Amino acid sequence: MKNFLKATVAAIAFAAVSSAASAADLKACYIYVGPVGDFGWSYQHDQGRKDVEKHFGDKVETAYLESVPEGPDAERAIERFARDGCGIIFTTSFGYMNPTIKVAKKFPKVKFEHATGYKTASNVATYNSKFHEGRYIIGQIAAKMSKTGTAGYIASFPIPEVVAGINAFMLGAQSVNPDFKLKVVWVNSWFDPGKEADAAKALIDQGADIITQHTDSTAPLQVAEERGVHGFGQASDQIAFAPKAQYTAIVDNWGPYYIERIQEVLDGTWESKSTWGGIAEGHVVMAPYTNLPDDVVAMAKETEAKIAGGWEPFTGPITKQDGSVAAEDGVTLEDGAILGMNWYVKGVDDKLPQ
Amino acid sequence: MRIELVKRKEHSRKMALLSPVIAVGLTLVAAAILFAASGTDPFLGLYKFFIEPLTDSWSVQEIIVKATPMVLIACGLAVCYLSNNWNIGAEGQFIFGALCGSFLPIVYPEFETSLTLPLMLVLGALGGAFWALIPAVLKTRFNANEILTSLMLVYVASLLLDYLVRGPWRDPGGYNFPESRLFSEAATLPLIGDGRMSIAAPVAVVVVIVLAIVLARTLKGFEIRVMGESPRAGAFAGFSAKRLTLFAFALAGGLAGLAGTMEVSGSLNQLLPTISPGYGFTAIIVAFLGRLNPVGILVAGFVLALSYIGGEAVQASMGVSDKIASVIQGLLLFFVLACDTLILYRIRLHSRRTTATGEVSRA
Repeated sequence: MKNFLKATVAAIAFAAVSSAASAADLKACYIYVGPVGDFGWSYQHDQGRKDVEKHFGDKVETAYLESVPEGPDAERAIERFARDGCGIIFTTSFGYMNPTIKVAKKFPKVKFEHATGYKTASNVATYNSKFHEGRYIIGQIAAKMSKTGTAGYIASFPIPEVVAGINAFMLGAQSVNPDFKLKVVWVNSWFDPGKEADAAKALIDQGADIITQHTDSTAPLQVAEERGVHGFGQASDQIAFAPKAQYTAIVDNWGPYYIERIQEVLDGTWESKSTWGGIAEGHVVMAPYTNLPDDVVAMAKETEAKIAGGWEPFTGPITKQDGSVAAEDGVTLEDGAILGMNWYVKGVDDKLPQ
Repeated sequence: MRIELVKRKEHSRKMALLSPVIAVGLTLVAAAILFAASGTDPFLGLYKFFIEPLTDSWSVQEIIVKATPMVLIACGLAVCYLSNNWNIGAEGQFIFGALCGSFLPIVYPEFETSLTLPLMLVLGALGGAFWALIPAVLKTRFNANEILTSLMLVYVASLLLDYLVRGPWRDPGGYNFPESRLFSEAATLPLIGDGRMSIAAPVAVVVVIVLAIVLARTLKGFEIRVMGESPRAGAFAGFSAKRLTLFAFALAGGLAGLAGTMEVSGSLNQLLPTISPGYGFTAIIVAFLGRLNPVGILVAGFVLALSYIGGEAVQASMGVSDKIASVIQGLLLFFVLACDTLILYRIRLHSRRTTATGEVSRA
């Protein structure tokens, strides 16, 4: 019996070792904060991972861990990948920032890429996308389509990225209708379908007939579909969940970035940097415009082209909520001002939580 | 054939030892079926889940890191449960303790002396004890149900933490992101080994040993057990139920608060909106899996931590969904509880023929 056990364990151990030593040149690993089935943020990162597999074939092997909570477990998950022979590790949520930096110190040869953070090191790069460019476009559509002149915005956390998204939406809406109203509900979560749905219902009850969200589930759009109002997909094309309600979606397209960076690792040209791509780079993509009249689609496409050509939605005149001037006419806000944004533009019907 | 459960006259000692083994065996079989059904090699899956984490010094250390807070909390909870005090709010005591322990490095970051860390630990333990004493006092004074009050205070504590890291304790250099500043070197728990294990691990072992001796060998231990099993008998012996309630809650809260402070100082180095993946609740399971015995708790904490680390390993290396890992954890608990039935009951099998004739004769 003992010998049998020994033999079995040895056989299994051998199988484990032989499976670990695969033919791939590089192993690219991903850490997701949500389930890959959230059909939002983590789902899109996983789509990017699949693009990598498709592009490189056998040359690159990938692995991922999903639903890794931001907290004490994150550092272990990242270190596990570093030990498992991953050459590049993508940590795809803000809360992984300090654990990523910590693990990166221990594994100087492994490359790390942290999404949405601001700390870099010689082997830690950061990347994020200019989602606010898409928000400007959907703001314009909202102002064109809304009958009540009011939109509802379901927001996650009052961090600069989310605040900039609200402001860009409002600036887009005001470019069409200067009196447009925007109500904001903070749900303090990235992924909480129940809370998001409740917020959507509350906003509709307050007169909003356009719902948009900076949270990751499909719940707000599904509520919009049920209640006969309209909305936009977040992070991925959510048309399947709201065939009548979705006008378009701001799609996070991480594939091109992942392929580019992994190629650089393979070529030995990878360097730590901060990437902030938008519509021009193909990192932010607008889903097909649906349920919209032709003139509105034309307007949206025109704005999309303008942004792709280098125009920045945060171009003055921009007035802050308190009446002070954020940008004079024709002046564009600097990247730092957008990345650290902690004020509302004039017209947002909410007080920014401080 | 019919299976019948017959109540035993007394606990079966043999089964008490055997039932966890049967449970683990059943879990292995069920897990293998699960792996096979999800299209992965069941033997490789089992190896990666249960054995590989034990073969590598890094993952053993990680298991200990994960088990430490659960063991510490569960030890305190065992004293509560043995003495019939149903403290469900260890999660809140953990969080509130961590908040109190973090007060110094966040509000006075320039206070960096050799006293910083000891003071933090004391504040953390006192904070946790204070948070636990609220339901204890409500119980002894007003006869309020401690299950409800202790549980509800969990939400108060976690919302307080949320408020602090988004508001007054937010890192001034952190671009409005909800997190506190990083702790200084002086406020960080010293590490042992080459991984992330800190001195929290030996502290937990010491607590286990001391508590095991106190429970088995001292008058206080006797008092705890007597008051749990027969408060009337305890009263005749001159023990005070109220004082014991306060003691048990304060001890459990103190240990949870200590665990919280050590987790924040040794592992996270800062406060975040969530600092615990449910340690306070998982510790309840650990306490009962360990049969409310400190040494049993140590083993149970280790096994449960192994199931987390192993679950992560199969996900990372074999691409198995994290849901499979949680299902296997659930199965383990399910089988352990189910097999415990065998301690109190024995199984009697009736053959088909006797039942059949029985029915015939009745007809």
